[in-house]
Amino acid sequence: MATYSTNEFKSGLKIMLDGDPYAIVENEFVKPGKGQAFNRVRVRNLKTGRVIDRTFKSGDTVEGADVVEVEMQYLYNDGDQWYFMNPTSYEQVGADKTAVEEALQWIKEQDVCTVVLYNGQPLSVTPPNFVNLKIVQTDPGVRGDTSGGGGKPATLETGAVVRVPLFVPEGEMIRVDTRTGEYVSRVKE
Amino acid sequence: MDASWRPTASLENLQRRAAILAAVRRFFAEREVLEVETPVLIGAAAADPNLDSLSLAYTGPGAPASGRLWLQTSPEFAMKRLLAAGSGCIYQICRAFRVDERGRRHNPEFTMIEWYRLGFDHRRLMDEVATLAAMVLGPRPVEVFSYREAFQRFAGLDPFHCSVAELIACAGSHNIPLPALSADDRDAWLDLLLSEVVTPRLGRGTYSFVCDFPPSQAALARLRQEEGLEVAERFELFVEGLELANGYHELTDPAEQRARFEQERARRAAAGQPESSVDERLLAALAVGLPDCAGVALGFDRLVMLALGAERIDEVMAFPIERC
Repeated sequence: MATYSTNEFKSGLKIMLDGDPYAIVENEFVKPGKGQAFNRVRVRNLKTGRVIDRTFKSGDTVEGADVVEVEMQYLYNDGDQWYFMNPTSYEQVGADKTAVEEALQWIKEQDVCTVVLYNGQPLSVTPPNFVNLKIVQTDPGVRGDTSGGGGKPATLETGAVVRVPLFVPEGEMIRVDTRTGEYVSRVKE
Repeated sequence: MDASWRPTASLENLQRRAAILAAVRRFFAEREVLEVETPVLIGAAAADPNLDSLSLAYTGPGAPASGRLWLQTSPEFAMKRLLAAGSGCIYQICRAFRVDERGRRHNPEFTMIEWYRLGFDHRRLMDEVATLAAMVLGPRPVEVFSYREAFQRFAGLDPFHCSVAELIACAGSHNIPLPALSADDRDAWLDLLLSEVVTPRLGRGTYSFVCDFPPSQAALARLRQEEGLEVAERFELFVEGLELANGYHELTDPAEQRARFEQERARRAAAGQPESSVDERLLAALAVGLPDCAGVALGFDRLVMLALGAERIDEVMAFPIERC
């Protein structure tokens, strides 16, 4: 893996610190005119999501992290691992519960997700920004109400619970924004 | 379409920058300080271990035997040669270049105002720097700390007497993530605390000067004894946590200057940095006699940043390094 000098630091760069992969969030160069230069860097641990600050003497080098983002299709779950396939190479990888936890409530088999691979192993799985899911349980709405004001909870086929307008019935297919967990619209079949 | 052909500064900011530049020239004209120009291309790389010069191959007419020239990190040496030649008080507004300096407040190519006042010491020059700053940025109270006082007040330690372990503990107590610095690199630890703890607290609503630096950070300033301590007659101006100017009561002794060049060369060699050359023409000028004077360099882009309330240097220059 490549090494990077502090001169190459920029947000998004993936580097190794204390044996863990990190992404640079912010990089600030500080230097007294006649003194030692430093790079003050904010980094996010790609395994835990924790954000920490580090200071480097300018010119120091760090090892790059073997981290790539790949679009992969969700295949199935065997109770222990969740399997994803690279649609171009057909290569399959198994992700553990920690990696898929946040995506699970939104994804169904066949969905294409963004998988962050570290040394070839999934670190995290991000669902598509928008998914279409069927409502499996919700209370009947009030007849004639089409305003959408108020709303009611609805349980979706993946187990997620979102607020939907009162007029949306059980059995309906709806579109949800997975970044906010909000109802977007009904989906015409 | 790729927008990188566009300036990063707004046209309004560029107009205001031009107006400030004109005001600075009037400031010096009123004081009968002569505007000079010296070459940006120079024959000797900067000696200061904390500055790295850009070098280029030059083989045209008049080329030096080495075939190499450098871009200046400051116009200091050429201006001192003019002073030794009898120029009287002089100023220059020029480009300076420093490798590897890029960030919110840095661009590798930047504009510097440098001036020299005959018969001034660093204290009197600090007054003039504050007057120029006030002309552009408006009036503020002026405060002057010695380097020692600034550390005592804002970092709670005595930079002349504390141990490196205490410097490291102080950085830790201010939640500064510790860089991998050698425990015997005292000046680097001081610089870390200066940048992260002291500087951010300076110049809040004021013009804050820090003077009387440790002799290890004298650069080209004279040394003097102060309460049993040797201090360098060097000052810096900070405004809103931004380092704006650096000045000296100038060293005039050629033997002492040569000794400092040799020390700096030894430090560069020990750190595995590119070798610097001794500027023999500067030493020849000092041997003839540099008049007693004080000199200062002020970052013009940063002055404009403060005047315009800009967060990034890119907002006040047309084309930073990524767009040159």
